[in-house]
Amino acid sequence: MEIPKTFLGYKREDGRTGTRNHVIILPVDDISNACAEAVANNIKGTIALPHSYGRLQFGADLELHFRTMIGTGKNPNVAAVIVIGIEPKWTKRIVDAIATTGKPVEGFSIEGVGDIDTIARVSKKAQEFSIWASEKQREERPISDLWISVKCGESDTTSGLASNPTVGNLMDKLEPLGVHLCFGETSELTGAETVCEKRGKTPEAQEKFRKTWSSYNDFILKEATDDLSESQPTAGNIAGGLTTIEEKAFGNFQKIGGCKFIDVLEPAEEPTKGPGLYFMDTSSAAAECVTLQAAGGFNLHLFPTGQGNIIGNPIEPVVKLTANPLTARTMSEHIDVDVSKILSREMNLDEAGDELIKATIRVANGRLTCAEALGHREFVMTKLYRSA
Amino acid sequence: MAGTDIIIHDEKDNVGVVVIEKITPKQDCDCWIMENDKSVKIQSMDEIPLGHKIAMTDLNEGDTILKYGHDIGKVVKSIKKGEHVHVHNVKTKKW
Repeated sequence: MEIPKTFLGYKREDGRTGTRNHVIILPVDDISNACAEAVANNIKGTIALPHSYGRLQFGADLELHFRTMIGTGKNPNVAAVIVIGIEPKWTKRIVDAIATTGKPVEGFSIEGVGDIDTIARVSKKAQEFSIWASEKQREERPISDLWISVKCGESDTTSGLASNPTVGNLMDKLEPLGVHLCFGETSELTGAETVCEKRGKTPEAQEKFRKTWSSYNDFILKEATDDLSESQPTAGNIAGGLTTIEEKAFGNFQKIGGCKFIDVLEPAEEPTKGPGLYFMDTSSAAAECVTLQAAGGFNLHLFPTGQGNIIGNPIEPVVKLTANPLTARTMSEHIDVDVSKILSREMNLDEAGDELIKATIRVANGRLTCAEALGHREFVMTKLYRSA
Repeated sequence: MAGTDIIIHDEKDNVGVVVIEKITPKQDCDCWIMENDKSVKIQSMDEIPLGHKIAMTDLNEGDTILKYGHDIGKVVKSIKKGEHVHVHNVKTKKW
């Protein structure tokens, strides 16, 4: 199949391209959720991104909070941003960082004013942004403006057999075209960590991966009461035929095909080394992982599932594929791409990869994903440790 | 071409995965090597359910199981070609 050279996207002020055109109302902290949701309810064409944190965090955990907020606002799928916080200082820090993209952004704080006046003031600005964004048109943009993140969930044997290798096939075909790619799930690579490390393109990338994985493993060993041999693979995994943790990890690892990663990113960190594959240090929990990847600037997500994970994200469209024929049938409203014919050999990997590329481009062009149509907007902050 | 009983990921693998509901003892099975799109055949020795592994060759204690072309564990009880490969005869090398 000849891969299209372009897709239809929204060109942003900083040169990036969005696959969506959202106006977001971003609360800095948990107590500003009510205001943000009231504004999004008032003004059509805006969405609120409520979450649970943002108060009394400190150190690396606070830095991650800011990075996630700022990265979400900077994501090219976002046309304009309203930031609402309880106090002005942290609000301004986020506004100023998002403003470096050149997109419209404005901050409001609630202290000394109260919710009702804030909602009125913010609604006026949000209405202005919403109408402004509604005139943005899609235009032809190079395929290399796609930044694709991947993560699998509710995996079963069909994931390692077929849906993960389908994503790997897409990566092998899109990487030479200059697309940015990102995988994560530090914990789920345990068992394949030494092979994964060797997939680093440079000694620096390999060294960074080794450090990232080891620090995760030290944390597990510190918190765990045993060596995980009782829980990885899980009883369900074993019943499904997975024998060892290595086998589970290599099934996950199929998602990157034959690609090598050029750098290791902190959670929510934006890649800066040009096109190619990146590894991001993330949790393996679906909503946390996708939220971090979206904050890293990725504008389209591919999500292979076995038993049927239903996750979506408010700003990054999540394309779901499965090779499990039962899931494809019983949960069809969640599945964008059905590759179950691989198992019956009615489709090979090359054909499945092509199908996925076609679906990816249609979604990049604006086709709603199943998760978007169903209203899935899971926005989940990663918390590194307890707040003060 | 449609239809296969077992999928093998990589040419180097010494196990395949059952992709039909189950295979029964003495069943002649069609296997598909996904990596190079080739076909091979094997006769099963055991009943093996969907998603579980079959040995494509005789394996001795201490041998390495290869799946996806990678080391996924060691043989702890010798396995004959066509037998079920799982937690009763293979263990992780991790712990």
